[in-house]
Amino acid sequence: MSEEKIDIFIYSVFLPNICDLNMKNIGVVSYGAYIPSCRIKTEEIAKAWGKDPETIIKGLGVIEKSVPFLDQDVATISVEAARAALNRISIDSQDIGAIYVGSESHPYAVKPTGTIVGEAIGATPYLKVADYEFACKAGTAAIQTCMALVKSNMVKYGMAIGADTSQAAPGDALEYAASAGGAAFIIGSENIIAEINETCSYTTDTPDFWRREGRKYPAHGGRFTGAPAYFRHIMGSATNLMNCMGVKPQDYNYAIFHQPNGKFPLKVAQMLGFTKEQVKQGLLCPLIGNTYSGASMLGLASVLDVAKPHERIFVTSYGSGAGSDSFDITVTDEIKNFNKTKAPLVSQLIEKKQYIDYATYAKFRDLLYWE
Amino acid sequence: MRDVSVIGIGLTKFGELWDKSFRQLISEAGAKAIIDSGVTGKEIDALYVGSMSAGRFVGQEHVGALVADASGFSHLHIPAIRVESACASGGLAIRQAYLSVASGMNDIVVVGGVEKMTDVYGEEATNILATASDQEWEAFFGATFPSLYAMIAARHMHEYGTTREQLAQVAVKNHSNGALNPNAQFQKPINIETVLKSSMVADPLTLMDCSPVSDGAAALVLCAADKAKNYKDKPIKIIGSGQASDTLALHARNKICTFESTLYAAKMAYKQAKLEPKDIDLAEVHDCFTIAEILAIEDLGFVEKGEGGKAIKNKITTIDGQIPINTSGGLKAKGHPVGATGVGQIAEIVEQLRGDAGKRQVKDAKIGLAHNIGGSGASCTVHILEAM
Repeated sequence: MSEEKIDIFIYSVFLPNICDLNMKNIGVVSYGAYIPSCRIKTEEIAKAWGKDPETIIKGLGVIEKSVPFLDQDVATISVEAARAALNRISIDSQDIGAIYVGSESHPYAVKPTGTIVGEAIGATPYLKVADYEFACKAGTAAIQTCMALVKSNMVKYGMAIGADTSQAAPGDALEYAASAGGAAFIIGSENIIAEINETCSYTTDTPDFWRREGRKYPAHGGRFTGAPAYFRHIMGSATNLMNCMGVKPQDYNYAIFHQPNGKFPLKVAQMLGFTKEQVKQGLLCPLIGNTYSGASMLGLASVLDVAKPHERIFVTSYGSGAGSDSFDITVTDEIKNFNKTKAPLVSQLIEKKQYIDYATYAKFRDLLYWE
Repeated sequence: MRDVSVIGIGLTKFGELWDKSFRQLISEAGAKAIIDSGVTGKEIDALYVGSMSAGRFVGQEHVGALVADASGFSHLHIPAIRVESACASGGLAIRQAYLSVASGMNDIVVVGGVEKMTDVYGEEATNILATASDQEWEAFFGATFPSLYAMIAARHMHEYGTTREQLAQVAVKNHSNGALNPNAQFQKPINIETVLKSSMVADPLTLMDCSPVSDGAAALVLCAADKAKNYKDKPIKIIGSGQASDTLALHARNKICTFESTLYAAKMAYKQAKLEPKDIDLAEVHDCFTIAEILAIEDLGFVEKGEGGKAIKNKITTIDGQIPINTSGGLKAKGHPVGATGVGQIAEIVEQLRGDAGKRQVKDAKIGLAHNIGGSGASCTVHILEAM
């Protein structure tokens, strides 16, 4: 018997449940979303910088974006989303064994956001917590971690959060899209409303967008963030997943892509062979901007708000630096028993809004200077 | 002085070429030119390369030897010379290479131009380009090239009634030509509205009045004219080469709506070629900003001083016009990798005179002119070429 075969033999004899564990169905047990209600119009930002609003709206595909109020940050957004997720199901929050919060705007450089969420929802102290950072895909990376923990029986439920109050230097092109919002997903193996059939990632070291330690605003490589970054990684990850699963874009009812603006997700969808119709429900950027770590997860939340049993969902996030996570998801019959109305739907969060002007925005986003 | 011909041309695409380094760009253009010429490596007597600021853009000096090495010529130990004259580095490299063959010192030389500009931020690129202005009297006080050319444009509008729309029309024409050039950075036609509505850079110039920051390289093979037929059925002869200088700072000049360096370089080239402006069939001119093309066609004598704007509006400079200007798309649409620009211009003229320019071919093109400017007109080269 070769060494490799001996390993397999030992594996199957002494750890018989490993295979069963791998076969365990896992997925989304519940989810919740949060989007701050303040909005600023692209037109208002363009006016402040003497730019032609029409050109920018047409170029970016963003009409308005959400803005965090003075007292809102990634911790408050994460707690709102986590509570929304818990409100929709009746599980003991003590059964949540892990919380991972993905963001690039954690309020503290050192001190976790996840502990704040853990205390707020009553999941402490027997709890695994870490804050994640991988630009806009830290939240989907958290989903993958929770999947692994549930699969391996290390936790009963894991909570993955993606949230941001993303930064943009005044006058930078990012300012038109960088917004705030987040979503929380409870991952488990019982009463799952949406089964995650498979996930895969595509990662390289591609510095298209970054923020150095101590810097207030991120820097980016302009158009370099496009073809070699966003498009290469999403295409790589998405194609790999579809090849693995032996499926085609037509096999899905919905597709969600990371949405740094209103244009990129539609373009990458077209490149992969998805239709506008498939992308529509998960495309929120035109109305709320780019919520960074929240973006693809809010898109998924928006799709789950309307999805019916047996519908299939394709998700690919993108994080600068760079990588993409893809997910193949099937909605289960359980969604019929799922009490969505116990928390606001994404569409309701989008509709609930109040406009602010650039001066107020400057105050909220700490752009003013005095000594 | 003996006659000199162009027997090979090579170009990379111009644009944001993230996957190509400085040395890859110039060796690609050089290899294409050498293959096009049919010469072998051992026949090459010397190598000239124009680069404005490799030291600042990619941290690399000693460019002459680097290019010889990267092109696989290190074992031949040929002279390798880097030439710098700001944005006219390419044009001047050609003139130096031309003089070395005309003098009888060399028979065959390869001349290239290259710049890798997108490894630095836009703001840094603007500062690096501003090193071609007068640091003590212009740059230190905040002047950049867009602002200097904006002053020229404002003055031209004031003195000659040139309009904002006429300036924009230069960009529209050059983008429409660029759309026919597979090597151009921008291959999309635009309209006047797009130019007028684009972001303000320096009043009256908007973003679309300005040439872009680009990566790219171009190369030529020059050969003593009496030997050119051994390599190419259709060598293109350089029949005039002119160069002139002027004050480094714009404010030190009597007039800013005329580049005297262009007047003098053109006079030198026309005299050598025994030609007048009306004899030229097409020209590649230095349109780093839309106003610069208007100045160029006036100073080169294609139209009267002050009539440049109207000439553009009346479409006499389109591909099928009376004097087609910037059929390649010019610096505006083809791209402006500064060291490569002057060499790329001559490559376009050679392609046109060979009759190989495809959709942008000028009918019956026999004589072409290339005009390359450094800074705000402190350096200028003018070359006139003829199909034999």
